[in-house]
Amino acid sequence: MSRTAEVDLNVVDWLNNVIAEHGSTPSALIPVLQEVQKKHNYLPEELLTYIATALNLSPATVYGVATFYAQFSLDPKGKYIIKVCDGTACHVRGSLPIYEAIRKRVKLVDGKATTDDGLFSVETVSCLGACGLAPVITINDQVYGQVTPEAIDLIIDVLEKREGM
Amino acid sequence: MGQMIIDGQKVEFDKETNILEVVRKARIDLPTFCYYSELSVYGACRMCIVEIEGRGIQASCHTPPEDGLVVRTNTAKLRKVRKNILELLLANHDRECTMCERSGTCKLQDLAQRYGVRQIRFGERDVKLPLDVSSPSIVRDPNKCILCGDCVRVCKEIQGIGVLDFAHRGAKMMVTPAFNKQLGEVDCVNCGQCSAVCPTGALVVKSQIDQAWDAIYDDSKTVIVQIAPAVRVAVGEAFGLPVGQSTLGQITTALKQMGVDKVFDTSFAADLTVIEETREFIQRFSEKKNIPQFTSCCPAWVKFAEQYYPEFLDNLSSCRSPQQMFGSVVKRYYAQDLGLDREQVYVISIMPCTAKKFEAGREEFFVANNPDVDLVLTTQELISMIKEAGIDFASLEPTALDMPFGFATGAGVIFGNSGGVSEAVLRNAYEIVTKEELQNVVFNDVRGHEGVRDFTADLKGTEIKVAIVNGLANARQLLEDIKSGKAHYDLVEVMACPGGCVGGAGQPISQNGTNLRKERTKGLYREDQRLQMHKSQQNPMLTSLYEQWLTEPGSEEAHQALHTEYGSRRRIDTEAIKINQPENAPVDIQVCVGTSCYLKGSVKILKTLTDMLQKDGYEEDVKLRAAFCCQQCAGGPVVIVDDKVMGNVGFEQIPEIVQLVKSKVEK
Ligand code: SF4
Ligand code: SF4
Ligand code: FES
Repeated sequence: MSRTAEVDLNVVDWLNNVIAEHGSTPSALIPVLQEVQKKHNYLPEELLTYIATALNLSPATVYGVATFYAQFSLDPKGKYIIKVCDGTACHVRGSLPIYEAIRKRVKLVDGKATTDDGLFSVETVSCLGACGLAPVITINDQVYGQVTPEAIDLIIDVLEKREGM
Repeated sequence: MGQMIIDGQKVEFDKETNILEVVRKARIDLPTFCYYSELSVYGACRMCIVEIEGRGIQASCHTPPEDGLVVRTNTAKLRKVRKNILELLLANHDRECTMCERSGTCKLQDLAQRYGVRQIRFGERDVKLPLDVSSPSIVRDPNKCILCGDCVRVCKEIQGIGVLDFAHRGAKMMVTPAFNKQLGEVDCVNCGQCSAVCPTGALVVKSQIDQAWDAIYDDSKTVIVQIAPAVRVAVGEAFGLPVGQSTLGQITTALKQMGVDKVFDTSFAADLTVIEETREFIQRFSEKKNIPQFTSCCPAWVKFAEQYYPEFLDNLSSCRSPQQMFGSVVKRYYAQDLGLDREQVYVISIMPCTAKKFEAGREEFFVANNPDVDLVLTTQELISMIKEAGIDFASLEPTALDMPFGFATGAGVIFGNSGGVSEAVLRNAYEIVTKEELQNVVFNDVRGHEGVRDFTADLKGTEIKVAIVNGLANARQLLEDIKSGKAHYDLVEVMACPGGCVGGAGQPISQNGTNLRKERTKGLYREDQRLQMHKSQQNPMLTSLYEQWLTEPGSEEAHQALHTEYGSRRRIDTEAIKINQPENAPVDIQVCVGTSCYLKGSVKILKTLTDMLQKDGYEEDVKLRAAFCCQQCAGGPVVIVDDKVMGNVGFEQIPEIVQLVKSKVEK
């Protein structure tokens, strides 16, 4: 019994509505995953198995789709998702030092992508399409252009203050 | 109908759906990794390419034949492309061939040899992924996977499960169980069919040869071997003997030479199964209770039913499989005859089956921490041991099996064929029901190779509707038809492997599975003919077993020793994860929304329950959660109120639950 996973009833209720909206057929898989990703910032394993059952797919197939598309994540993400552009333009303008500076600032070690307090996730993306502003980062929906390691400190200070840290 | 020119030969075609089949008909062995005639066409490996005049290079496996096509299978260009493909595959592949389980039966190795790949221009892969040894039956080595997808399709299309699938993309793409879990943690039923189609060593049968030798070398152990029916018609294949020829006597000689103490026949235990299972069937049939009765000798099917059809578990025969009946009889009774403790006796089964390894490890089949069957070897492993011992198998003289459990009737032997269990049961049921002697023992209707067969057996006026399925995807369909009322049967035989046990994944690997299976099937029917007796009830050794120990079929003692119980199983083992855990409240209610309960409508129950609690103003007092499988699936939908587990919950019970909450809150 101890291994029984559980989720808030509201989540199941919400998910049922989403599934009902898109129809319980395999073709509903991607739209349903998108909604779950939007709500939880990641795709919890239990919900994926649940979705598989509801759409009559095997969990392995659902996992395959969820790992195929870059828009989905299977790991819980932080409240603030920091994406560092590492497209060509940003790369030559020093995106990697920025990336390292951010990781150091939020104290990410051992290849982890999300801080233990669940506040920040840091990842790289290829070309955000704002090369004129290189190097570029985004935090959730906010875009920051021509960032420097010093600017990073300021930006994160602000966010941490907002979180009462 | 039409004609094509293949490498200058005129070749007729008729029902072939692709050029590859026509090429093979012309006796040209075009290489493939991802083509199996029984599976859907995937067309990914590109080894099957041909040059078609006017069309250039095409994959023959998914190009339909057309009249007048001129096809070449061997040109400078094709040879170069194929060699390139092989080189690229090998670049990404573990190249430690000498240590690979599949060395000698690996398609990649074979084709690299055939095409003379002598060097690989690319470096080795730098990352080594861990082996998956979690399953009792199969070892998965992702470093050897060439992404042909054969395993993915066999598990989905033949077994109807879909344990494995492609995940990730680009260079990181791999074939894996859901959530990158291990095979032993997911809904794999251990049938091994994925390993039988895998062209490389990425999926192999878990070898337990070392343990077998250890037991044989250990003087304090009396090693007793049982040989399953299907094994005897497959071992010879590996030593150049005709496919389907029974080599039971030679296997016995070889085992004795290796140092085994006693060699017995699982067919004897199959006779015992027939007696118990027929009695059980006739009782259920006359009481119209738990009909249809499903056979229970295939452990892959049993696990499948436990995972997906808990509502049918009462319909499964409670009989243990022949392997487990044998182990139980030997350890309980025969050990006493030998004056030994059960721990001093070591039972090894030789099986055509990988799922039997799992079955032997089920805790129901342990007594005082000692298993009834200590070790299961597949036919493949036995062959390796014979080779390792340096025995010239083909020239061995046969030896008679030991008594008492070396004596079997033909009914026990045909267990290895799809339809065999049904036929054996009918041979017994006929005489019990009609009280007359059965003259013609052959029931032709049960025999065949189709995945689903059904017919009505007429026992002089008593009609029994029988269905025989092999492949669990077929079983799933049949169960759905029974559930929806579309189909009605009295007796259903289910085997997970195509063709039944003769097509088990523990049998020697071959590229031409279907034909071998048919020959092995014929071989077992020939054995039945050759034997003196064809009905389990005639087996004199059984009669004495009942006299000495079991009293009579279906007795209390027989139930203890030969029958078992089943339980529902969660599909996927998961760590508990919690999303938005609600706050503390005095009462804790969990409603199961795992697969089985979900399908029985637990979500609606959950919804109604919330509404009612809300209406009565108790929402703050209840920590209401959805649980993923409480492993009580047979009794689903399941609701757990604090420690109280309630099964089969319907809408009418909801007020009762609300009442319970009320009383708890008031306390
Ligand atoms: S052993 Fe059978 S059930 Fe398990 S993954 Fe392989 S084919 Fe699927
Ligand atoms: S594990 Fe074997 S059968 Fe499956 S995709 Fe890889 S190479 Fe093919
Ligand atoms: S067999 Fe045709 S592409 Fe693999």
